[in-house]
Amino acid sequence: MPALYLDIVGKKRGVNNNIILKLEDVKTSYGRIEALKGISLFLRKREIVTLIGANGAGKTTTLMTICGIVKNSGGHILFDGEDIKEASPQKLVRRGISQVPEGRRIFPRLSVIENLEMGAFIRNDRAGIRSDLERVYSLFPILRERRKQKGGTLSGGEQQMLAIGRALMARPRLLLLDEPSLGLAPMLVEQIFRIIEEIKQGEVTILLVEQNAKKALSCADRGYVLENGLITLEDTASRLLENEKVKASYLGA
Amino acid sequence: MFLQQLINGLTVGSVYALIAIGYTMVYGILEFINFAHGEIYMLGAYLGIIAIGLLTAMGLGNSSAFLLLAFAFIFAMVFCAFYGVTIERLAYRPLRRAPRLAPLLSALGVSIFLQNFVMVTQGTRNKVFPQLFAQNGFDLGNAKITYIQIMILVTSILLMVGLTLFVNKTKMGKAMRATSQDQKMAYLVGIDVNRVISVTFLIGSALGAAAGVMVALYYGLVNFHIGYTAGLKAFTAAVLGGIGNIPGAMLGGIILGLVESLGAGYLSSEYKDAYAFIILVLLLIFRPQGILGERLKERS
Repeated sequence: MPALYLDIVGKKRGVNNNIILKLEDVKTSYGRIEALKGISLFLRKREIVTLIGANGAGKTTTLMTICGIVKNSGGHILFDGEDIKEASPQKLVRRGISQVPEGRRIFPRLSVIENLEMGAFIRNDRAGIRSDLERVYSLFPILRERRKQKGGTLSGGEQQMLAIGRALMARPRLLLLDEPSLGLAPMLVEQIFRIIEEIKQGEVTILLVEQNAKKALSCADRGYVLENGLITLEDTASRLLENEKVKASYLGA
Repeated sequence: MFLQQLINGLTVGSVYALIAIGYTMVYGILEFINFAHGEIYMLGAYLGIIAIGLLTAMGLGNSSAFLLLAFAFIFAMVFCAFYGVTIERLAYRPLRRAPRLAPLLSALGVSIFLQNFVMVTQGTRNKVFPQLFAQNGFDLGNAKITYIQIMILVTSILLMVGLTLFVNKTKMGKAMRATSQDQKMAYLVGIDVNRVISVTFLIGSALGAAAGVMVALYYGLVNFHIGYTAGLKAFTAAVLGGIGNIPGAMLGGIILGLVESLGAGYLSSEYKDAYAFIILVLLLIFRPQGILGERLKERS
């Protein structure tokens, strides 16, 4: 599609050039169960936005819908101002969307280095891949030590680092993180969040789904609260931290 | 006698191994047993005969036996690879999201179709595979290894080494392993899963075809129903080694060949075909995951 046409479409929808991802009234169903009942949200470039909510609120479904693994039955998902409804997951990875999925999903019988290579599957620039591999190793030195080990033999924290490293190997512009702190010891949680802020120093926009709302809100710029497939609250992260309702429901205060 | 049975067993076993690889690779990625795979092997045997017939018709029948055979291998492997990929496209891909029984039944349907297709076009009588090599070989004490057996062993080893290198060293090979371990994640890193599946069928079918050509050469006779027994035995070999596991299929094939040949030599050759299935039954009772297989984990 010519760039000019995209620009016009973009302007028609009133898309700000600074917005990388926009969901408009997105609905997703599994069979007859509607998991997302029409959610709208947006991410500006280089922002960290967090999506908090209880189990089953539709957080993971939101990420899977953005990645094209499940297709939305209604609404629009605009990436760079273009509707990505018809795009396959492969195509979306190529366009710059990577996900660190819930449960990490390391390829258990591939070595650490092979897992990272698979992260760069869509790329063919050998030199670039090598330098990104070095970058991942410097973010997570333990992965360099374990590079010959099978992914399945790593500890939970190491697997989480590998999952993040693998996603970075695609050189994404939008990184979707699903529960990166789940099941990790407090010290590792701290480390993972430090890394997330470090990644943000690059050119990456991050959509962070977390049950640990306190941690997520303290590193994010803005946040959305998802309840039963609907967004019930949106604000800057600092104001959400002070919000009475958020405090009562998600911060355990 | 032991040495002789060992040689015979390794020969037959490496053929089972090549067919078993096709079952195990497809199972690894799609979690379904491609029951039409035995017919691909049978097609390979016929295509080998056709290839040599073609060369003879072109007046090249007197070329060196190695050249004729090399052409027969390439001809059969290329055609069968094409068959395998096409079968997946037409008979399995449309059923990807259907209940698990559906592709299984579709595979049985393809198998029946291919058998009858060959029966109608090639006739019900045995076809003779041209004798390219003399039946003699080397004497090893009181055992003998024929040139054909050497050729089968060497070709099988080359193909298996090639496959192992492909799966472990190339980007496509790694993507295949990744896809078999977690298909959803394969999508999420941008692997074209449909392409991986096509390549899987392509390689499995080409190896099955090579096995067909070798067996046709070994026994000298081909029939339209040889795919059935060979398919079942190779499937047993794949389960024996641990279905979904490529080295397991190689090991399972060799073990099965040895058991059959030693059983035929020391116990009774009447029950030769039964040994494979006795092993299958025992295995399913005592080690259902196979020799090299891991216990199947729940997939989400």
